[in-house]
Formats: sequence, C-alpha cells, structure tokens
Amino acid sequence: MSLKKIFIVMMCACLIPAAFSCKKQSGETIKIGAIFSVTGPASFLGSPEAKTAKMMIDEINGKGGVNGKELKLIVKDSAGSPEKAISFAKQLIEEDKVFAIIGPSTSGESMKIKSICEEGKTILISCAAAEVIVNPVASYVFKSPQNDRFAAQKIYEVMKKMGITRIGVVSSNDGFGLAGKGQLEKLAPASGITILISEVYDKKATDLTGVLTKLKAKNVQAVVNWSIVPAQSIVAKNMKQLNMKVPLFQSHGFGNIKYVKEAGEAAEGIIFPAGRLLIADSLPDNHPQKALLMKYKNDYESKYGEDASTFGGHAYDSLLILVEAIKKAGADADKEKVRDAIEDLKGLAGTGGIFNFSATDHNGLDINAFEMLTVKGGKFVKYE
Amino acid sequence: MSFEQLLQYALSGITNGSIYAIVAIGFNIIYNTTGIINFAQGEFLMLGGMTAISLSSFMPLPLAILAAVVITSFAGALIDFLFIRRLKSPSVLGMVIVTVGLSIVIREIALHIWDEKVRSLPYFTGNEISSINIMGAFISPQVLWVIGVSSVIVVFLGVFFKFTLTGRSMRACASNITAARLCGINARNMVTISFMLSAGIGALAGCVVSPITQTQYDCGTSLAIKGFTVAILGGLGNSTGAVVGGIVIGLLEAFSISVLPLAYKDAVAIAILLIILFVRPSGLLGKKEAAGLKEF
Repeated sequence: MSLKKIFIVMMCACLIPAAFSCKKQSGETIKIGAIFSVTGPASFLGSPEAKTAKMMIDEINGKGGVNGKELKLIVKDSAGSPEKAISFAKQLIEEDKVFAIIGPSTSGESMKIKSICEEGKTILISCAAAEVIVNPVASYVFKSPQNDRFAAQKIYEVMKKMGITRIGVVSSNDGFGLAGKGQLEKLAPASGITILISEVYDKKATDLTGVLTKLKAKNVQAVVNWSIVPAQSIVAKNMKQLNMKVPLFQSHGFGNIKYVKEAGEAAEGIIFPAGRLLIADSLPDNHPQKALLMKYKNDYESKYGEDASTFGGHAYDSLLILVEAIKKAGADADKEKVRDAIEDLKGLAGTGGIFNFSATDHNGLDINAFEMLTVKGGKFVKYE
Repeated sequence: MSFEQLLQYALSGITNGSIYAIVAIGFNIIYNTTGIINFAQGEFLMLGGMTAISLSSFMPLPLAILAAVVITSFAGALIDFLFIRRLKSPSVLGMVIVTVGLSIVIREIALHIWDEKVRSLPYFTGNEISSINIMGAFISPQVLWVIGVSSVIVVFLGVFFKFTLTGRSMRACASNITAARLCGINARNMVTISFMLSAGIGALAGCVVSPITQTQYDCGTSLAIKGFTVAILGGLGNSTGAVVGGIVIGLLEAFSISVLPLAYKDAVAIAILLIILFVRPSGLLGKKEAAGLKEF
C-alpha cells in the first residue's frame, strides 16, 4: 500500500465519526439547556424545577420525541449564584450549542444572562417571576411565571375589600424581593394604600422579631412579606410570637406547602396570590387547566414522593411553551422560526395560567392567572 | 419610644445574641486546646440539627437530641483522627486551612445525605405561636431554652476546664505544648477530646436553635460567621466572654434596627466590633497575656 493510500484511508476514518456525530446533532436530537439553582439558598425553586424538567423530557422522549427528534436535557446547577449562571449560559450557548435554555430559577440570575442569550440568539424561557425580565422585551427572552405586578394588584384588591389602608412591607434583599417591593410601592397610591414602612432583610435572616417590632410600633393594619426564601416561615412565626394580630400577606413565592409545614400553626390565615396548581383538586371539572394540573400533580407526586409546588410548574410551563413552539414551527425550524412560533402561541393552558403570547408580551399571562389563596388547617384553600 | 417597644427590641436582641453566643462557645473549646479556629464549627451545628430532625421521627425528642449530640461528637473525633492527626508537622495555619476544607466537604456530604430542603425541630415547649408576655413585650419560649442551655454549657465548661484533670491538661496543651508533653500529657488525645467536645456542644446548639433559625444543609456558614465575630469580641477562649459578646452584638443589632433601616444591621454591629477591638485588641473579657501567647 502506498503512502498516499494510507493517508486517504486515514482521512476517511477520521471523517466518518465526524459525519456521524454531525448527523446525530442536527437530525435526531434537540439539545435543551437548563440552569436551575438545584442547591443553595434558592434550592426551593431549582430542585422541583429540575425534577419536573427531567420527568417531562423522559415522558416526551417515551412518546417518540418532538417532530420525531429526541430531546436531550443538560441541567446545570447554578446554586443561586448569578456568576455561575453567566458562565453556564455561555458554556451552553458556545460549547454545547443548545437550541434553547430554560431557567434560571431566580430573577437576579435571569437578568444577568438576558443579554447573553439575546446576543447568542438562543431562546431563553426563564422560570423567574420579576417583570423586568420581559419588560423591556428582548426578542429571544421569555418567561413563564406570572408577573409580580399582578400579584401586587391581587393583594391590594383583597386589602381594599378588608378595609385595609395602612400597611408595612418587608422583603428579602434578592432580585425577587426587590422587584416585588418596587411593584408594591409603585401600585400603592393608585390602590389607596399607604406604605408606612418598607424594610429589606438579608435572605439568610434567621430571626426577624426586631424589624417586626418596628412594624408593630407603626400600627400597620397588615404586613406584606415578599420573598422566596425560608424566611417566609420565620416572618409568620415571629409575628405570632410578638402577638401581632394583623393579617399577613405573602407573595406568590409562598406557593410551596413546605413553608406552611415549617411555620406550623403560625401559617394559619396567611393570604397570598398563586397559580391554580395548589388548589387543582377543588377546580370545577370544565376548567381549562384542571386536567393538566391534576396530571402534573399526580405524576410528580407519585414519581418523587413529595408535594408538587408552583415552582416546579414554572419549569413545566417553560418546557411546554418550547415544545409547543417547536411542534408548530415544524421539523426543520431554526431558532428564529421557533422564536416567532412562541410569539404566535395563543390560548395555551399551562400550570401557571392560560398563555397568550404576542410580540410585545413575552409572558403571556394576565391577572386572571392568579387566585387568592389562604392557609386553613395546614392546607392551601381558595380565599373567599 | 415606649417602654414596651424598648423591652421588645432588647428581647429581640437577646434572642439573636443568645444564638450567636451558643455558636461562639464551640469555637472557644478547640481554640483553648489547639490554638486554632475550627471553621467547620458551623457544620457541627448543622449536623447536630439535621441528625436530631431525622431521628426525631422514630424516637422522643430528648432522646433524638442526645443521640444527635453523641453521633456528632463521634464525627468530630473522626475528623480529628482522619485529618488533623495525620498532619506531619501541624502548623496553626495548616490546621485552619484543613478545617476550611472540611467545612465545604461536610456541607456537600450533608446535601447528599439529606437534601436541599429546610427542616426544623419542633418547639421544645409550646409551638410556633406560643409566646410569653413579659411586661407588654413578647418572647418565644424557645429563646429561654437557648439562654438556659448556653448558661448551663458555660458553667459546665468553666468547671471542666478549671477543676478536672482532663480540662486542665487541655489548657496546658494550649499554652505550651512542649511543656505539656514533658509533663506526660498526651497532647494528641487532648486535641481529639476537644474536637469531640466542641462537636457535641455544636450539635446541642444546633438542636436548640433549630426551631427558631430552621436547619438547612448550608445554614452552618452564616451562623459560624456571626459566632466567630462574637468569639473574637468576647475574647477568644473565654466562654463567659462569648455570652457577653453575643448579647452585646445582639442588642446592638436590635437597637440599630429601631433607628436605622434593617439593611444597616450588620454594618453597625461590625463597626462597633472594630471600635472595641481597636481599644481592646484581646476582646471584651480576653486577657492580654493569654492573647500574647497565641500564634495569632
């Protein structure tokens, strides 16, 4: 064999696997990146989100994938750190060349990678709530949780009915807390509410009797706590321990029955807005979300042996939106076509509500996505 | 400010302060024997709390806490046996770095054994909503437990280090390890005992504060930072100093909340700590001579 022949054979040998792997990437699988804070302070969000995403991907692949292509999920644990989220986002876009990214779990992280995804022309469907993620609109950035503005409006509506006008606000010093505090302060005048005092606490706070004493001294008629951290239970306990009789309102971050268990009896009577997942059992059968919510709840609870939360639901919705858009855009659609397809999605029932996307609305949910809930006998029930 | 409010701030300060103090005491024990700061002290608290929470589902609470204390102190002994004892020529800095590494490892192991969820022990007396009315101000009964347990530990340690042979040998190792060895004290065993003791006390502290602070795999770090600050303020190695330092920091934080936004709480506490340390570098109750003997 001449040297030339050997060279040609070797060249072919090198090219064959390259050709195969190339085909595999574009032809049979769609890579989806996921950045969730599976551990760390926001693990309450990231852990159910990652579990939900894995469960859904398995189910979709079990049914033959999307448009005949298998989905491949790459989960990265950011531990709630924006710095890690940034490097994972770059890694997913540049090295793994993913089709889209779902997550991150927190608003702070989402804001940090918003421009990275926009520049990388990679679809990002965030699982974090802050409205700034999609306002101003970035063409490749979407989010599935309900807007915090609507949560604040819902809370003020209930306050009006109860005749409450003077309130105190406490919030955690993270992206979610600060965004919520901003919305509450912005909407208060129009709703006839006066915020007498607004305080920010460390997200790792272990005792809040000091700041609640300050609220008590101001004679507030209600307390609003806005956070996603375990301090949500501490606020409830400390208020009872201080013998404060005024009602406690929480944000939609309270939508996890674990917080209720942690706060025990102190959780009774807390009022908060949330998606309908938590009261799926009591929805009327003809409600458009009922079947989907019950299926997700039962699947999740039987698979993982823990209660389903609205946070896992955000990951469900993000994936659902992506998958529906890919189906709609067709088998050979590129990122841009799928992006356009998301903007065309209308009347899509998810766990968080009915999504109606448009070029200017990259969240797609309105105020009706929220239901006011309260805690009764250690369970979530509809507030009436 | 009315009297009730003043009292309420003071009680809130005492609540936080007693938590800081009980953590700070654990730092002091290992410091007293080895002259090192054990940066894995916060993880002992977490381990104690987590173990007690897991055990409390099969046994009564007091028994679960006792078992958690025993298990954690064995974990402490194991850490010494596996890592600290293996160091060929243990320098203070070397051992400190080992404890920093250990704290990370323990945290990750805990994340795998348990998970990322927040748990807590039930309140020892009453429940989440019970509170005791002290002249118009309110306090959770659990705070009294924390204060009570810290006082008992301080008294116990005082007696142990002053009057028992083991305790005195441990102190001897700290002040001059060569001289202690010449007197026939087995210095390595003393280090093991100090790790067991501080792990056990850390675990007990972790159980007592769990209903208030809640326990999570990474809750040790933030508690340890405050505990460390308090240990320095009170004078390293001095358990009474830890209690005084804890209450001082707690009260400072609480009263800073009453006049400034909550966000400045830590800044105020640390600023005052720095001022105190400029005036008294050995801490509130630390002795100058004792501080001079230490390597740092």
